[in-house]
Amino acid sequence: MEEYLEKYRSVVGEAVIHHLLQLARPLQGIKVVHVNSTREGGGVAEILRSLVPLKQALGLEVNWEVISGNPEFYECTKKIHNSLQGNRISISQSMLKNYEGINKENYERLKDVLENADFVFIHDPQPAPLLYHCTNRKGRWIWRCHIDASRPYRPVWRYLKNFVSFYDASIWSLSSFAQVLPHPMYLIPPSIDPLSEKNIDLDQAEIESAYERWNIDPHRPIISQISRFDRFKDPLGVIETYRMVKEFLPVQLILAGSGATDDPEGVEVLEEVRVAQRDDPDIHILLLPPDAHRSINALQRISDIILQKSIREGFGLTVTEAMWKEKPVLGGDTGGVRIQVFNHHTGFLVNTPEGAALRIRFLLRHRNRLKEMGKKAKEFVRDNFLITRDLREHLTLMLAISHGATDRIEIG
Amino acid sequence: MENTFNIKDCALIAIATGYKAQTLRELRSRIEEVPEGCIYYHFWGGLLRSKFDDPEFPNDFASWARHSLYDKILAERLAIINPIDFENLEGLRWELLEVIDERLDELDIPPWVEPDQQFYFVRSQIVVLDTGIQVKDCNDLREWIPDLSLGSIFYHFIDARRRPPYRRDDFSVWLETLDAGYGTLIQSIRNIDPFFTSLRQIRIELEEILGSHAEG
Repeated sequence: MEEYLEKYRSVVGEAVIHHLLQLARPLQGIKVVHVNSTREGGGVAEILRSLVPLKQALGLEVNWEVISGNPEFYECTKKIHNSLQGNRISISQSMLKNYEGINKENYERLKDVLENADFVFIHDPQPAPLLYHCTNRKGRWIWRCHIDASRPYRPVWRYLKNFVSFYDASIWSLSSFAQVLPHPMYLIPPSIDPLSEKNIDLDQAEIESAYERWNIDPHRPIISQISRFDRFKDPLGVIETYRMVKEFLPVQLILAGSGATDDPEGVEVLEEVRVAQRDDPDIHILLLPPDAHRSINALQRISDIILQKSIREGFGLTVTEAMWKEKPVLGGDTGGVRIQVFNHHTGFLVNTPEGAALRIRFLLRHRNRLKEMGKKAKEFVRDNFLITRDLREHLTLMLAISHGATDRIEIG
Repeated sequence: MENTFNIKDCALIAIATGYKAQTLRELRSRIEEVPEGCIYYHFWGGLLRSKFDDPEFPNDFASWARHSLYDKILAERLAIINPIDFENLEGLRWELLEVIDERLDELDIPPWVEPDQQFYFVRSQIVVLDTGIQVKDCNDLREWIPDLSLGSIFYHFIDARRRPPYRRDDFSVWLETLDAGYGTLIQSIRNIDPFFTSLRQIRIELEEILGSHAEG
């Protein structure tokens, strides 16, 4: 397992690994369980795929359990998710009953591992009621909310609160996302794994193959937005931006995202984007499969500038990924983009297509600044948004919770 | 062994308090009532947390005044507050209130922000660990400094100011106890301004000061 940590040493440096080993020492052998609702796809599974083996490599005994449910369960949890993000959705009593029933069934299946764990991390609302059934618990339970719940639909939040209030602590990505609960509400921003398929260094040949594969001209500037086809990501605003820049510079635009066929709104937005494309051969609309991590990686690397022109955004890990590839980002002035994009340092915060077009023209005319900002962006991610920082904060949290609620905990 | 210096390491974790402010008047009321830990976090926590350097506005209150309230005058007055000048966090809290009260007196309508620009009060928990490293003398310290984690630098150079003998970093206090004529060296270390810099920069400056001292 030491070998596993070794791979990260070359990315984050000796001091960071040494610090993690120090923090993990008092936690040797403790039993930790993470529970979420899927092993594949989505940001939570992506983080756990990296976080779990890293915790194991540091000597913690870690299990990753996944709950399962029927279609009605997933329909309900999707509604809860959207309600927490502010959509006014009512959920029927029978649906909530099914949600609770499925959690009870999963509890019976996972009973032993949950009862014996020293720390249980429950991710998002899907498995939140598990704690209610675990009357014989030995360890501390922490609810990790990955959702921006800053303005939830109150009736649904009140319902969920009945379950999550009883946890020993909760974790939120940003202070503005948190709802007040009667326990410590820790703040841990999410992170990316520099060694995952989506972020690992690619050789030049693989990067360059993207030009031919998608018929992109390597000799002209490329701007891109790689994100879901969703109104909140403002893809039409991105096309408007591109057209304003095109009047001055021969740019190409890549709009790439994975296609969610089960998302009617996504299909609608994609159609609107295609209409707005107006057969312009320099606008490349790419619908990628959900596991096209290396393709996304290559597309980000061939881009000169990356946009995430969101009107509303959670944390915005696509911004983090772009910055890790030394690209300055033009990000919508919202949510977690604000703690990643700093004007003239790592990119620019923009509010309109006009603002975005102006910044793109500036950066493409000042290549040295573009390069400099890209380098700064990568170093900023290295210091703040890699999985090793996430891991450090998880270890700190476990030490803090084990030693009570005081502001200062001295160990050893 | 007597007079050895035990190197510690630390990690900070942020905790949301649920207190927030949307207007300058609300900010004032909250500053009056939040736990001391919030004042500490918004002045010093930036050094150990995910935040881009903003040397112009070295504390979160000043940064919010500038970037969210768009009140340049208040931002400048808040930015100049040096937390080292205060005996304790209560003194710092009262200075903040004084500056905000002065500004409120000058304004007919207290400024406010959009809901997504509110100020969120955060406190932190600090976990301190013993690294097992024991420094015997000044040369030993010079050799160890480049390898110390940023957590160690924070603990011994920033956090130390909250512990007895207060307002002093641990390194210079320890060198004083050695009673070996380190007066100039001690003063050079104490001259490092910890507020307008980063932990990395502090480590480099310590390395340079101890290096020059060794060269005589």
